[in-house]
Amino acid sequence: MGIFKKRSIASLGKKKSDMPEGLWNKCPSCGAIIDEITLKQRHRVCTKCDHHFTLTAPDRISMLLDVDSFEELDPTLESTDALNFKGYTDKVKGYQKKTGLKDAVLTGRGAVLEHPVTIGVMDFRFIGASMGSAVGEKLTRAIEIATAEKRAVIIVCSSGGARMHEGILSLMQMAKTSGALARHHEAQLPYISILTHPTTGGVTASFATLGDINIAEPGCMIGFAGPRVIKETTHQNLPPDFQTAEFLLDHGLIDMIVPRSMMRERIGELLDYMLPVGKTA
Amino acid sequence: MTATEPLEFEKPIVNLERQLADLRDRAADSDIDMSTEMKRIEDKLTKLKGEIYRNLSPWQRVQIARHTQRPYMLDYVEHTFDDFVELHGDRHIGEDEAMPGGFVRLEGHRVMVVGHQKGRDTKENLRRNFGSAHPEGYRKALRLMKMAEKFNLPIITLIDTPGAYPGIEAEERNIAEAIAFNLREMMMLRVPIIAVVLGEGGSGGALGIGIGDRILMMENAYYSVISPEGCAAILWKDRKYAPESASALKLSAEDLKKMEVIDEVIPEPMGGAHHDHITAAHNLKRTLIKHLHDLESIDRDALLEQRYQKFRKFGEFREKGRR
Repeated sequence: MGIFKKRSIASLGKKKSDMPEGLWNKCPSCGAIIDEITLKQRHRVCTKCDHHFTLTAPDRISMLLDVDSFEELDPTLESTDALNFKGYTDKVKGYQKKTGLKDAVLTGRGAVLEHPVTIGVMDFRFIGASMGSAVGEKLTRAIEIATAEKRAVIIVCSSGGARMHEGILSLMQMAKTSGALARHHEAQLPYISILTHPTTGGVTASFATLGDINIAEPGCMIGFAGPRVIKETTHQNLPPDFQTAEFLLDHGLIDMIVPRSMMRERIGELLDYMLPVGKTA
Repeated sequence: MTATEPLEFEKPIVNLERQLADLRDRAADSDIDMSTEMKRIEDKLTKLKGEIYRNLSPWQRVQIARHTQRPYMLDYVEHTFDDFVELHGDRHIGEDEAMPGGFVRLEGHRVMVVGHQKGRDTKENLRRNFGSAHPEGYRKALRLMKMAEKFNLPIITLIDTPGAYPGIEAEERNIAEAIAFNLREMMMLRVPIIAVVLGEGGSGGALGIGIGDRILMMENAYYSVISPEGCAAILWKDRKYAPESASALKLSAEDLKKMEVIDEVIPEPMGGAHHDHITAAHNLKRTLIKHLHDLESIDRDALLEQRYQKFRKFGEFREKGRR
């Protein structure tokens, strides 16, 4: 069924409408015109075709966590320019100003239907939610706190991959976060990874695919290598729904696809099975 | 001196070597004393080699790391180790010849070795897939490493890959998860692990067998989050800026040692390991034995804690105050 059209990553950063800002939104999938208030009430899911618009990290947190349960961790932590990489400092500053975020992830303690969690939510607006030292460090601390306090870990993934401007240090964040998850796993605590549009590269090849449960939002693109690279390397035509959530479900790579409107309830239901009985936040 | 294909920056050396050889031939055929002239060119050659090889740019090292005459994983297996018993397959979908592995001996030590293997020609590369492993390669590697843990054998991983294979089947069989799972599991293996970047340390494909108690690099190897060409294409919109990217990414063994990402740089023969496989293999052997000896004396709980902290500390960031 072609309900969920594949979305391109390139279209994400661009403004798609020439309508007055903040009032009307055009669905990039079906073209429906939706007013901002309705779209917001529906957690930015199209009224007509159920296309899932990109969510910001703060919106995602208020959607998933119990009211007033979020307690942010490491709010001032930011990457430095370790490699002295051309233009990187200005780039980070620019995105900080544009998004109001320090880097591409928000982390904190919280509760989902009264289950104690630490949560990390990536924000694609910030340099394509690429993973550098700040993202790696914040997620690692959040996971370590979960291990120490016997909490579940929830990470909402979306990423263009590793942050090139931090060179090998960005690659090593894959190892660091996976190491923290190894200890959390050993402590027999649950980790739910939520894959959203798009999740690629080094993030897919580390914490994003390590969930006890891996859940995807409908229609999102998930992969290791980009479709262009695969096409250039293999000279093969890619299957029509290649690297979509639906394709991954068909191939046995994820546990389930859950629409945004049901995500919080689903997480709660899963944690009911996975956390020791009688533990509440 | 060598039969290897010279790299672009080596051409002045090759020219001088040719001159010297000509002179030697002529000296042999005549009675004229050319020893002064020969001495002069020899001195010049030594000086030139020193100048070129001691000041290799990161991009020149990348070219050496990719040299088709460079010793590959199985060359090191032959010259550094003894009694290789190769083990095949991931037990699920197939055998990945881009990632050989098996038992080897290193002096008194019994060891499990896994690594990436490239091919030297088209035929070999069809088998070895240019050293780009599929998910089954990473899963075979983990199977062998878990076996090593069971029999209490230390693990040595030999990294030499442009990257994990970007293909349809690789994605269908979850290449990302295969790498991620190795990262998590290797962190907890209760035997010493030494990872060595032999040539190309291409991103996630390299890291997928790269968790260890020691990370070593051959002198001309590189280790990077993205290829210099890939970085140039994104940042400068043109692959021809790969040399600039190679410098900016700080991917050379020397830079990574300075950044304390790796533990030791293993010296290569003058001009690169492709000039002398045996010496390169012996240098690797000497270094491995030293580190293996150190690691085997560490209590296993302490070893795992050290391994965790080794990767835990990577990253550069700042924050106001502290938790």
